[in-house]
Amino acid sequence: MQYLLMIYTDEAAMLSQSEAETGQILAAYGAYTEAMTKAGVLLGGNRLRPTTATTTVRVADGKTQVLNGPYAETKEQLGGYFLIDVPDLDAALSWAARCPGASYGTMEVRPIWVM
Amino acid sequence: MSRKDDEPVHAIAEAVARRSYGKLVAFLAARSGDVAGAEDALSDAFAAALRDWPASGVPGNPEAWLMVVARRKTIDAARRRRFGDDIAPDLRLIAEELDAAATADRSIPDERLRLMFACAHPAIDAGIRAPLILQTILGFDAATIASAFLIAPATMGQRLVRAKTKIRQAGIPLRIPDPSELRERLDAVLEAIYAIFAEGWSDPAGAEARRRNLAEEGIWLGRLVVSLLPDEPEALGLVALMLHAEARRAARRDVQGDYVPLAEQDPALWNAALIDEAETLLFRASRMAAIGRYQLEAALQSAHVVRRRTGRADWPAIERIYDTLWALTGSPVVAINRAVAIAENRQAAAGLAALDAVAGDARLLDYQPYWAARAGLLARVGDWGGAEAAYQRAIGLEADPAVRRFLQRQQSLVAKPAAIGP
Repeated sequence: MQYLLMIYTDEAAMLSQSEAETGQILAAYGAYTEAMTKAGVLLGGNRLRPTTATTTVRVADGKTQVLNGPYAETKEQLGGYFLIDVPDLDAALSWAARCPGASYGTMEVRPIWVM
Repeated sequence: MSRKDDEPVHAIAEAVARRSYGKLVAFLAARSGDVAGAEDALSDAFAAALRDWPASGVPGNPEAWLMVVARRKTIDAARRRRFGDDIAPDLRLIAEELDAAATADRSIPDERLRLMFACAHPAIDAGIRAPLILQTILGFDAATIASAFLIAPATMGQRLVRAKTKIRQAGIPLRIPDPSELRERLDAVLEAIYAIFAEGWSDPAGAEARRRNLAEEGIWLGRLVVSLLPDEPEALGLVALMLHAEARRAARRDVQGDYVPLAEQDPALWNAALIDEAETLLFRASRMAAIGRYQLEAALQSAHVVRRRTGRADWPAIERIYDTLWALTGSPVVAINRAVAIAENRQAAAGLAALDAVAGDARLLDYQPYWAARAGLLARVGDWGGAEAAYQRAIGLEADPAVRRFLQRQQSLVAKPAAIGP
């Protein structure tokens, strides 16, 4: 089954970190990504720019509305994601727990709805 | 059960359903990961059995017959759902179905424990785990489960459907958890087993075979967990608790079939062998030095049956255990029993005060034992009017006719002479 692992973290805190701290976290992500690749479970994944770079779009009454900022203002923001393919939820949860983001934020694990 | 030509086919189907429901659901769902789908397929298979068996006769192995039909239904359903989906799961199911047909004479492996652990998975809302196990393993309907868990039936039905959908969509596996996770997942499984036992226990007269079997199923499932986890003290505690209760089954009714409260039971009617086995298990658990709810509840039973040797229950111990249980669970049901123990050790007024402390809990308003306990304590402080009214509430809430008669007798003892009748 495919799962999307979404990494929610406090981006303000992330951005105010020292260069050394950021380097350490990026190195941890590097190792994590490598481990998933070696296990043959990684389908894709990316880091996302902060919500200050976010734009929302919706069409109402035939008019396109474009707004600056994220869909919802929350304490923690979606900062990145991984798409993985594993046998079941337990496997997906154990990969989510290993993600560096799990120790300073929250991982949301969503099964992919295959169409 | 014996099978006679004149026995109605639906009675046989019912008997197979009672014995095999959870086993068949677990076996089907273990392959598909779809509990609701397995239940639907099985209910189609039972319908087919009621159609086919009167004409073609009851098959030699009704379980295997039902399973093959149910698997065919599962494949049909998967085909209908397939649009855009990967075809591989269907092919796998078909291969397994052929495999199953080839081995249909063999007994179906018991995978109920795997299903129980899936139902008790941390991704499933904690409050719905035990009801889910009751439904999928024993085929309880939502209304029966709702009454056991003090929840509205419609709410319970919705929550069960949502939980089964989650198992399928989120890909929750049906397997025994790894040793590292096993113990933390055990709590929900034990809670469900206890609920299963309690449901069977609530039919003391044994008038309804299905319910009596539930008590046996609960003990059986408890023993199964103990065999898998021999060093888990709470599993041992739960089995000890269930054996203690089972040991007093015969003493709960007099020869007229009337309810006999624990304090008035004849210890000679208690099953000494079951009590001894319970005490042995509890002792084994206590040496592991990790106290928990089920060991405490089993210890309570011990303190009650001490009466078979000393002539009086160990009420000070009972109150201490309820204190600990109350601190541990905060359960309003524990609070009721704790209040009764306080009244037994000190004064009825002290017990009443303890009961008043939890009277604000909305769940107690429709809970018979609360009103019965309250009535008993009010009578002991001489509030006859209050006692009569509380018995009235208790009588109105009780479903068991024997307990209702007992409560009515108690009520007549506190009623004003004018209220007794002409």
